[in-house]
Amino acid sequence: MPARTVFTASIESVSILDEHGRFDAQLGADLIPDEDVIKLYEAMTVSRQFDQIAFKLQRSGRMGTYPENRGQEAASLGTAYALNNDDWLVPCYRENTGLFWRGLPMEYILLHWMGDERGNQIPAELCITPLAIPIGTQLLHAAGLAWACKYRKEDRLACTFFGDGATSEGDFHEAMNFAANLDLPVIFLCQNNGWAISVPTKIQCSAPTLAQRGLAYGMESIQCDGNDIFAVVKVVKEAARRAREEHRPTFIEAVTYRLGDHTTADDARRYRDEAEVQLWMQRDPLVRLRNYLTERKLWNSTKEEALQTKAKEQVNAAAKRAEEIAATPTSEIFDAMYAEIPDEVRRQRDTMRTSSLGQEQRGIEASPAPSVEETV
Amino acid sequence: MANLTLVQAINLALIQEMERDDRIILLGEDIGRNGGVFRVTEGLYKRFGAERVVDTPLAESGIVGTSIGLAMAGLRPVPEIQFEGFLAPAFDQICTHAARMRSRTRGALTVPLTLRVPVGGGIHAPELHSDSPEAFFAHQPGIKVVMPASPYDAKGLLISAIRDPDPVIFFEPKRLYRAFREEVPEDEYTIPLGKARVVTEGDELTIISWGAPVVQCMNAIESSGKSIELIDLRTIDPLDTQTIVNSARKTGRVVIVHEAPKNCGLGAEIASRIMEHCFLYLEAPIQRVTGFDTTMPYYKMELEYLPEAERIGKAIEEVAAY
Repeated sequence: MPARTVFTASIESVSILDEHGRFDAQLGADLIPDEDVIKLYEAMTVSRQFDQIAFKLQRSGRMGTYPENRGQEAASLGTAYALNNDDWLVPCYRENTGLFWRGLPMEYILLHWMGDERGNQIPAELCITPLAIPIGTQLLHAAGLAWACKYRKEDRLACTFFGDGATSEGDFHEAMNFAANLDLPVIFLCQNNGWAISVPTKIQCSAPTLAQRGLAYGMESIQCDGNDIFAVVKVVKEAARRAREEHRPTFIEAVTYRLGDHTTADDARRYRDEAEVQLWMQRDPLVRLRNYLTERKLWNSTKEEALQTKAKEQVNAAAKRAEEIAATPTSEIFDAMYAEIPDEVRRQRDTMRTSSLGQEQRGIEASPAPSVEETV
Repeated sequence: MANLTLVQAINLALIQEMERDDRIILLGEDIGRNGGVFRVTEGLYKRFGAERVVDTPLAESGIVGTSIGLAMAGLRPVPEIQFEGFLAPAFDQICTHAARMRSRTRGALTVPLTLRVPVGGGIHAPELHSDSPEAFFAHQPGIKVVMPASPYDAKGLLISAIRDPDPVIFFEPKRLYRAFREEVPEDEYTIPLGKARVVTEGDELTIISWGAPVVQCMNAIESSGKSIELIDLRTIDPLDTQTIVNSARKTGRVVIVHEAPKNCGLGAEIASRIMEHCFLYLEAPIQRVTGFDTTMPYYKMELEYLPEAERIGKAIEEVAAY
């Protein structure tokens, strides 16, 4: 008996405003009102300015390692735009633009990279989880957050961001598998930027697309031009509809490119060709959107100049707030560990200045708990 | 009052907490229709439905990782890892996220989950079904570690763990699951985390233990004929230093008993705390009776590895005679 084909599949790739400025009027019809397109362009510009100022802060020793977002603004921004404000955003660390759009004050991101946990103390109403440093682990949190939304019968979803490298991690598989099999309203937004530090995507995946990985989980999966904000908004809106109405997850591969180094501690010239970078400069999502607006007479150099000035002011003000934030007492590292501080941790807190490792028992006044008396 | 095994006591605690709080959901491998491989969740699937007693895909990191998301959203997940030997894939999520979320967000997000894990040897189980990894997790700040040694304690401690606002690993000694029955009140009660139990009072020597070896210690004490104070830690982290110190000062002689390997086991931390607080009270070096610094042997030899009453008895003799 001849073998039968039991499964065939294909992956669609969506592009609306391409790198040459061609706009697909049918796909893009009624997608984003003009006034919003302008706002989205402004948001990208502020984010690009944020990168520049953050880079300078790092280079001048005023901030630690920082990962630039340059070139990838459209993917997270379009996603945040397409979702509701009470949908969870579960980022990794290259989604500044989308997080700012949601309302995250810019100084939070600066504080994080300045080594201050208050950068992760994100107001609950923003529904944003803090930057995730390990790769791919946050995908499971998104699945859990989405699960909670479903359990409570809330009209909400969770959207998590990650890179091409994360699709090699075990947690990627487990999260996709949980979301598909337990019917969870999750959007998996993969920013395929071509590089996981120095390792190209082909070492993470030998299939022609990352998107097809989602098919193996029985999940709707699609690719889009991640540098095309219209395409991102289009596919995320459809994924959000699917999550809300069907409690089904979607995997989106947004094809983009990291124009900068991995972080300020990296030098991408060591591993990738300048010609490749130049090619992607032509596909820059910000330039693309500015050209689109200019061509449609919605933008001009006067507006651009005013925007650049405003963006600089905004970012500088955020940097000032981040740098001038009052220091917290060292005791906070102890107090933040548990809802109720255990006796031993309390002893270490109260004696850290007076003993080698909180072992001295004398002079514990701040401690209301029964302490072990001095014996020697 | 009912005469219950440890399995039944945990089952009862889960039922009562789930009835009281609909934020609690159980998730894990085979916990639903099958009632768990040890039948700890027997009947709960039928009683609370598939939305609250969830058979997950076979993926430990996934179980803990999604539980973290559930907990950050304000639910009270009680995930189960089927055996402690399968905690390793979940180690990342436990230590990288569950334990750190409160601290790294300065309290903006918390992870009130209770991770139930059958632990330890002595039941003739296959490879990687008999380990004692509690020290790995006690070493990680931000997560509490609990291990009951009796049905009564299991119920009260589990309820406290579930209600605790921070992540708790609740280790259930499999050797005690059905080893004996005990009167367990039907009414709800809690046993505070971080408080040890003085099982037997005595003034000649102190034994500190937790989990299944507590029973071995009781046997050893009985046959020693000595006045020995037995402390069951109940919570491994945070340690109840005060109770340990009070007893060590009283007796001046201490034996610590645990199933886990000796090197960097909890016994080392306990001995060190006793040194910090009781140095001048001690009459003898603190002795540890533990598993060996080998991999847990297959079950043919597991009783030679585990700290049985005979080996504990030798330590009692040596420390008492010093």
